[in-house]
Parts: sequence; structure tokens; C-alpha cells
Amino acid sequence: MALQTATQGTGAQGDSVGLAARLGQNRTFLGVLFMLPAAMVLILLLAYPLGLGVWLGLTDTRIGRAGIFIGLENYEFLFDDSVFWLSVFNTFLYTVVASIVKFGLGLWLALLLNNHLPFKAFLRAIVLLPWIVPTVLSAIAFWWIYDSQFSIISWTLIQLGVIDHYINFLGDPDMARASVIAANVWRGIPFVAITLLAGLQTIPQSLYEAAVIDGASPWQRFRFITFPMLTPIIAVVMTFSVLFTFTDFQLIYVLTRGGPLNATHLMATLSFQRAIPGGQLGEGAAIAVAMIPFLLAAIMFSYFGLQRRRWQQGGGD
Amino acid sequence: MADNQMTDRTEQSRDTGADVTKGWLARRRQAREEERSARGGMDYLASIPRKVVTVYIPLAIFLFILLFPFYWMTITTFKSNEELYNYEDFSPFWVSNPTLANVYKLFFETSYPTWLWNTMVVSVAATFLSLFCAVCAAYAIERLRFKGARTAGLTIFLAYLVPPSILFIPLATLVYAYGVFDSNWALILTYPTFLIPFCTWLLMGYFRSIPYELEECALIDGATRLQILIKIMLPLAVPGLISAGIFAFTLSWNEFIYALTFISSSEHKTVPVGVVTELVEGDVYHWGSLMAGALMGSLPVAILYSFFVEHYVSSMTGAVKE
Repeated sequence: MALQTATQGTGAQGDSVGLAARLGQNRTFLGVLFMLPAAMVLILLLAYPLGLGVWLGLTDTRIGRAGIFIGLENYEFLFDDSVFWLSVFNTFLYTVVASIVKFGLGLWLALLLNNHLPFKAFLRAIVLLPWIVPTVLSAIAFWWIYDSQFSIISWTLIQLGVIDHYINFLGDPDMARASVIAANVWRGIPFVAITLLAGLQTIPQSLYEAAVIDGASPWQRFRFITFPMLTPIIAVVMTFSVLFTFTDFQLIYVLTRGGPLNATHLMATLSFQRAIPGGQLGEGAAIAVAMIPFLLAAIMFSYFGLQRRRWQQGGGD
Repeated sequence: MADNQMTDRTEQSRDTGADVTKGWLARRRQAREEERSARGGMDYLASIPRKVVTVYIPLAIFLFILLFPFYWMTITTFKSNEELYNYEDFSPFWVSNPTLANVYKLFFETSYPTWLWNTMVVSVAATFLSLFCAVCAAYAIERLRFKGARTAGLTIFLAYLVPPSILFIPLATLVYAYGVFDSNWALILTYPTFLIPFCTWLLMGYFRSIPYELEECALIDGATRLQILIKIMLPLAVPGLISAGIFAFTLSWNEFIYALTFISSSEHKTVPVGVVTELVEGDVYHWGSLMAGALMGSLPVAILYSFFVEHYVSSMTGAVKE
């Protein structure tokens, strides 16, 4: 400090050094400076497009032609569009069913992996494989598994005598819905399982020991120790899971492109189809914007619905 | 005399700095070991036959289902066409006459090598760009504690929740307006939008675990914030940097919707987009080469992942737990 005041007194050059030094000590200035690269990228390419998307939804922009403001016309059109409402229904069905199944199976797998097992680290590593491999590429594998003529599932079931003809996995509306949900669950289980496993490992063993001494059954140990201790992490994991599932695009695009009869069109795929191949950027943007309130509601529900127990365990925020 | 004292103090504080680091590293190691030894604490309560039914069999079924698509992908890659469509004479679960024809076709008759190269360039560039921005931002939020640092941290987290499927349309118009449409730059510049929030969030957690005393020692010695970041924080945060880097790389490698929207010519496509749009010709699906494309596109991330499993898992669970 004394050094600084000394240099300030020694003329113009010293003054600028002092200024630089003082700025170098100023947290707000440094903070802004360090934040600058990230903030630039996020403002230019995230916040601005988000606003631009809302604006585009209010125009009739097409590819290659700037649009004019048309108010809520896109939304009025969508309100009467049965395909749009079907896609909303599909999105909810897909999100709810896939999330619940992912959670149930993921929790089960986490509990299994939490046992004392040989090759534990190795097992944990290969369980994550479906999650790290590009979704599009594993979806192509599923496409081949679901093939109408050469499906390995159909073939095996016929050989076992369970069914007598090939299953039309992606051709029948209900079957197609079940198939894409199954593929989504397959990809999502590892994420849920490994994060819940990390949560399980933070539960102190002494709690279980105390419960066993008190004569608690395995189910009681799960219900009254494991589950309550795990709730905060379940809330976060399920929030992310719902978010990823709700906005899913890749899997549907590869497996069905929304067909058959739009039975598997999600809001994201419909938005893409109308905007890019269809050229109606305004309408596509309106569909994307329509996802936001649903998305917020889904996040709020899974986050606050599951999180309220946190304070009961003495955890801060 | 005063000079002497000064060096003395510097020496001393450097010592304390090293001590703090050492102590901190030892504590971390100890905590990890304790965690490891606590595992399987009550295992003795379960008998072996009971464990087979309740643990091993369900686990085996899980593993079979989770890994079967990869097995199926791999053996389809090495099947010849006559074997591929003939389930009567050849068992579909095995390859009788393995062939490299599909792989050969993929690498020499399609633009697949170009797509691999593009994906590599885009992923590496986007990862480094994001890491640079994220390190600066995480350090500022976590250690400079400037006015509004908390708000900035929260904003970063919210930014991570914005899904690409609602951003791709306005981003497409932007990419077009900036004149980078249909080039690698379109992807290198847009991928950081989802990588920076993730990496920043992860590194914030990591920086928080580094003792503040180290930084104080350096400040007393007259180091600037930049020197502290480069010479003290970064070397200690290497595991965190690796985690964030690996995760960012896989996320970029897997990205699909931006690459599908912003790229139109074959020589700029990435692997996921190329496989889906170019290898599928009309109604005839060449399953052999499609599967080869999927396998070869998955291998780089799978290999990278196998080297850094621990980092990957810690980044995934760490980001969720924060």
C-alpha cells in the first residue's frame, strides 16, 4: 500500500503504473475482466438467440426471406393444428413414461452396484457406455435391432415360440412409441444409476448398522434410510433427466422422423421439421417457444416437488 | 537488512504454501481411502446363494441389455452381406466369416474420413475455447467474489438448462448472418454455448476445494491474480481440468442438432450427421456399412473414456451434486 502511494507521486508514468496496479487490485474490475470471454459467448450466442427465437415466433420468416411482425398468428395457427397438439401429447407421454422407468431401473441398478462386487470399478465403467456413445450412433444400432424384417428381437422370440410373426416395431403407432421410449430408457439408465450410486456412497454405514441392530428389515432400511438420504440428489438427477427427455430430438429423428402417422413426433422434432425442411422458420420458432412454459413447469415440479425434504436433513442451500 | 527480511518472509510463506498443498493433498487421499474401506460394510449379512438371486442375476440382465446393442453393432460390422440377411444358415449371434468389406467401403468409398477429421477438429477447438472461458469465469466467480458473483454463478447454471432444441432456429439465422454457415466455425462457435456453462459449473466446484490460504500466501508475496491463476490454481486443478475437458469433448463429439442444421455440404459434416444423412440412401439400407459407421464413430469417445473413467464419472456426479 505504501509502495503504491509512493509511485503515485512520481509523475505521469508512475501515475499510470499506479492506475494499473490499483485496477489489478480492484475485484470488481478484475471480475468483469475475467468474466468477459464467457459472458461474450453466452450473451451473443445464447441470450440473444433466445430473445431472437421469441421474436421469430412472432413473425412469418421463411428460409431466404425476412419476415414481418404478425403478432400471435403463428400461435393461433398452432392452436388449431391437430398435429401440434398430438406432438404435445407425445412429448408428455414420452417424458413421463421414460423418466419414471429410467428412475425405477436406474435406482435399482445403483442399489445393485452399491453391493460389494468383484471388478467393481470395471463394472461401473462399462455400465456408463450407453451414455457416452453418441446418441445418434446408438440410435442407428436400435434402428437395425428394430428392423421390420431382420429384427433380432423378433427372430429370437419366434425361435423361442413366443410369437409367430415379426413385430412391426417402428411401423405401428403404439409400438413405435414404446420402441422409442425403450431406446431412450436404455440410454438414460446409466446416467441415473451412476449419479445415484455416487449419492448412495455418501450415506454413512453407521446408520444401516444402527438400523440392523434395531431389527429393521431390508425394505425398512431402504424406505427410512436410503430413500430419505438420497432425495436431494434424486431431485437434481430427475430434473436433468426430465429436461433431456423433454427436449429430445436425436433419437426420434433417427428412428422414426416423427412417423408413423406423427405418432412419435415430439415438439422438438416437429419444430425442426416445420423450420428447416419445411422452411417456415417463424412457425418452427413458435413451436420451440411453446416448449418453454411446459419445460419450466416440468423443471419446477420435479425440482421443488422432490427438494422440500432437504432442510429436514439439516442441509443448507 | 530490510531486503534480507523480505526474502526470509518470502521463503517462509512459500514453505507454508507448500505445506498447505501437501496437507490438503494428503487429506484428500485419506478421505478417498476411508471412503473406499467403508464400502461393503455390512456385506457379511448376506449369504452367497441369496446374493446370487438378489444381486448377480439382475445385474447380469442389466449388463446384457446395456451392452447388447454394442455387441450387435460390432458383429454386424464384420458380417458379409449374404450372412447378414440369412438367419437360417448362419447363427445371427456370431460371425462365421468375418470380413472387413464394410469398413473398407466406409473408409474408401464414402467421405467418412473427412467427417471424422471434422468432428475431431470441431470437438478439440470447441473444448479448448470453452475451457479457456470457463477457467476465467469460474476463477472470477469463485475467488474474486466481485459484486454480483453469486448472480453470475446462478446465471451460468440457468444457461446450462437452456436446451439446444429451442435455440437451433434463431442460431441458424445468426450463423447465416455472421457468414459462417456451412463451415467448421459454425460449430466451433456455437458448441461453447452449452460447454461453457457446464465446464464453469464444474470448475467452480473444483476451485472451491482448493485452500484459500495458498492464494493468500501468493498475494502477500506480491503475485498478481493472473499469476495466481496460472501458477497456483491451474496446476492444482489439473484433475478438474481433465474432467471438464473430457466431458466437453464427448459432448461436442455427440452433438447432433446444431451440426444437422448449420452444415449442408458433405465435406463439412460431422460423423453423427454424415452417418445419418449420407449413408442412408433411399429405401435400401446398407446395414453393414451403417453399423461400421456407428462403431467407428463411437470408438474414439469410448477409448478416450476408458483412459479417464474416473475423471469422467467424477465430473458427471460432481456437476450434479453441486
